[in-house]
Amino acid sequence: MSFAATLAVAPVVAETPANMLVIANRIDDITTLDPAESFEFAGSDVSRNIYGKLVNFDPMNLDAGYGPDLAESWTVSEDGKTITFTMREGVKFASGNPVRAEDAAWSLQRAVILNKTPSFILTQFGFNADNAKDMIKAEGNTVSITTDKRYATSFVLNCLTATIGGILDKEEVMKHEVDGDMGNTWLKTNTAGSGAYTLVSWKPNESVTLKSNPNFYLGEPAMKRVVVKHVAESSTQRLMLERGDIDVARDLNPDDVAGLAGAEGVAIDSALRGRIMYISVNQKHPELSKPEVRQAIKYLVDYEGMQNSFLKGQYVIHQNFLPATYLGAIDDQPFSLNIEKAKELLAKAGVTDLTITAGVREAQERLEIAQSLQNTFAQAGIKLNLTVGTGKQILTKYRARELDMYVGAWGPDYPDPHTNAGTFAYNPDNSDEAQATGLLAWRNAWDTDGLTEKVAAAVVEGDREVRKGMYEEIQREFLQKAPFAILFQKVEQTGRRENVQNLNLGGAITAVSYWPVTK
Amino acid sequence: MAVVENNGNGRRKSPFSSSVYATILKTIGSVLVTMLGLTFVTFIIGRVMPIDPVISIVGERASRETYDAAYQAMGLDKPILVQFAYYIWDVLHGDFGMSLLNARPVAEDIRRVFPATLELATIGTFFGVVLGVPLGVIAAVKRGTWVDQVARVVALVGYSMPIFWLGLMGLLVFYGILGWVGGPGRVGIFYEDVVPSVTGMILIDSMLDNNWEVFRNAISHIILPASILGYYSMAYISRMTRSFMLEQMSAEYITTARVKGLPERTVVWRHAFGNIKVQLITVIALSYANLLEGAVLTETIFAWPGIGQYITTALLSADMNAVLGGTVVVGLIFVLLNIFSDLLYRFFDPRAAK
Repeated sequence: MSFAATLAVAPVVAETPANMLVIANRIDDITTLDPAESFEFAGSDVSRNIYGKLVNFDPMNLDAGYGPDLAESWTVSEDGKTITFTMREGVKFASGNPVRAEDAAWSLQRAVILNKTPSFILTQFGFNADNAKDMIKAEGNTVSITTDKRYATSFVLNCLTATIGGILDKEEVMKHEVDGDMGNTWLKTNTAGSGAYTLVSWKPNESVTLKSNPNFYLGEPAMKRVVVKHVAESSTQRLMLERGDIDVARDLNPDDVAGLAGAEGVAIDSALRGRIMYISVNQKHPELSKPEVRQAIKYLVDYEGMQNSFLKGQYVIHQNFLPATYLGAIDDQPFSLNIEKAKELLAKAGVTDLTITAGVREAQERLEIAQSLQNTFAQAGIKLNLTVGTGKQILTKYRARELDMYVGAWGPDYPDPHTNAGTFAYNPDNSDEAQATGLLAWRNAWDTDGLTEKVAAAVVEGDREVRKGMYEEIQREFLQKAPFAILFQKVEQTGRRENVQNLNLGGAITAVSYWPVTK
Repeated sequence: MAVVENNGNGRRKSPFSSSVYATILKTIGSVLVTMLGLTFVTFIIGRVMPIDPVISIVGERASRETYDAAYQAMGLDKPILVQFAYYIWDVLHGDFGMSLLNARPVAEDIRRVFPATLELATIGTFFGVVLGVPLGVIAAVKRGTWVDQVARVVALVGYSMPIFWLGLMGLLVFYGILGWVGGPGRVGIFYEDVVPSVTGMILIDSMLDNNWEVFRNAISHIILPASILGYYSMAYISRMTRSFMLEQMSAEYITTARVKGLPERTVVWRHAFGNIKVQLITVIALSYANLLEGAVLTETIFAWPGIGQYITTALLSADMNAVLGGTVVVGLIFVLLNIFSDLLYRFFDPRAAK
């Protein structure tokens, strides 16, 4: 080819190959791909497609809850403390090594021993570095897990479906061990699983490329290659989708979603996600800790106004800590903007000329929410000052219990109601010394008005229906008493080329699955 | 090039006078001091900023013990000057530490992202020079005419238009509607990792690999962001060229040259332009440095994985090792480009060396 011809810029071919899925997504939150450490959205997406787990969700039927994956079946001991899993026969890792009970037990022990950020999902069952090998055991073709006390079986199994439950190829990982790190350094950027895909490359802030695993026990997926490209701008994603350079755009803002209406060959899907938006007030503040003031604040939010204007399509009103679709989630919405009622409550509490400062991170939607609050609060005589900063700046103050008020979001850590109940309504030690920075109730210095015990009881209740009722009750109480006003639940709007079928983003409870996808 | 002579008594005569040595030493000294100062200021800002790098590592749900362990492991419990001394020692050994975000060596990250920016900025500057210099000269020569007005408007628009908006519009028109150019990213998704990475610059790597298909695709991707950066830099270069030229055109020697009956072309290009070359070098070097510094917004819109995007992401995630590493590299480039333009200055205009 001549140089001149080379320079002549031809129109770009605009269709992705039939066996390749190309997705635009913000993936700059990935910090590691080790399932024992990974705790971010984009990282979970990768992990979900690479690692098999003992039990897992079926992407085509998420409502069914957890079901068999690498474990074919399980039994629960009479005292309810030991669950014994029987492994599926004949499953292989991408390396070709067989998936053994030993791999499964070792992977879970490893996650406990490494004690990385998400390890609490397992250690809450009483496991620690010293006892992990006794509590999680492989015997022949079975793995048994013994918890320190009786928990709801559904709670334990739901937790095993989290990213941290990924089963690793022990032989492969230990080949790369450095200084007793159980392969952690290597696994940050490499993978060793038995799932539908294996990792080709992860270039930070650039792309993740996966290729199909021919050994996958459900059969090799139709999409032989999946490329997730980091595209930060919504409008850029939209253009790429319209041009057909990508199959899926995952971070479209409302304007671009609206702009895509009627675009040829493009469909928009809306899916409820687990993330909730909330505001909370610090109970160390003498005025904000008055029950009437807490109530008043819930009447000072223009839920509908925000939902129908700048949040259009991206969030729906949701007033409790369990996201819709979680076990025990309720849809009660007793609060709406009512300035008069709020004024009455404030007067009853003897509060006049209140000035408070809210911490907000500099994300568009949060700033807009904060500004809306500023406006409605002012109507009831509360002056709301905003401290705007990066996520880390604001979070540092929040964790140190230094903010009067926080405008933020929370995503559940695993698909069990305890995940949010244990954060919003559980705080066994409200002292500063407790430093329970992981608990939102503690960060707001709220002693939970008796809900801590109820949350503790619900998590050990064996009967699923009874357990469900307990969460419903906790939430109804929470709604009235808590210094939290839960505002919205996230709706993810995804742009998709119409020929892409069966792409399930995972709903409120899990991550995206690529293996059922066809084109 | 200076010739090394033998002065007859067995000792070599130095090719440079002692003042040249002094200048070189002074230059090296000033580079070191500038870099040390820059690093120190960035380091201190990183430490006093109300952000918590530990959370980046352990996450916001971590227990106190995990947090404390990470705090110590990162050396944050040591006095700040000690931390700085350790840091400088490591940097001198080419070690910028590990990125808190992706657990890879920062030096490796920079090696990966910098060529992307270098490629983009070089072509951008090339466009800027090729268009900006003639435009500036013509505007000056035709001062006050419609040509000058048009040139000034073109420059003004380029200078005042938000580059973000310009990028989006460019994408919308040339990629979205007309389909003349490739979309965001350095190369089409199917061409990624096709040619082996030698220099990290896809255009050069694909040429080395003799893979003209990838080369062509890479050109189709770079042409738009580079043109937009080029337009931006053209605006600056043409404005400066115009004002330098105006200054020369009103000088006496130009009048003399015209009186002597020299053709206007010679007067403009040989005499006037010949005299502004030196000043232009500084302008071009500065403009190049600006683009290299990371045209952050351009990189974001075009999903261009360069150093601008790298530093921004690092900053927002409190990944101070990455921020420091990136800042040191960018700072060094700035300093080196300044020295380079200074040297060229001396080369073209020996008076400057005196």
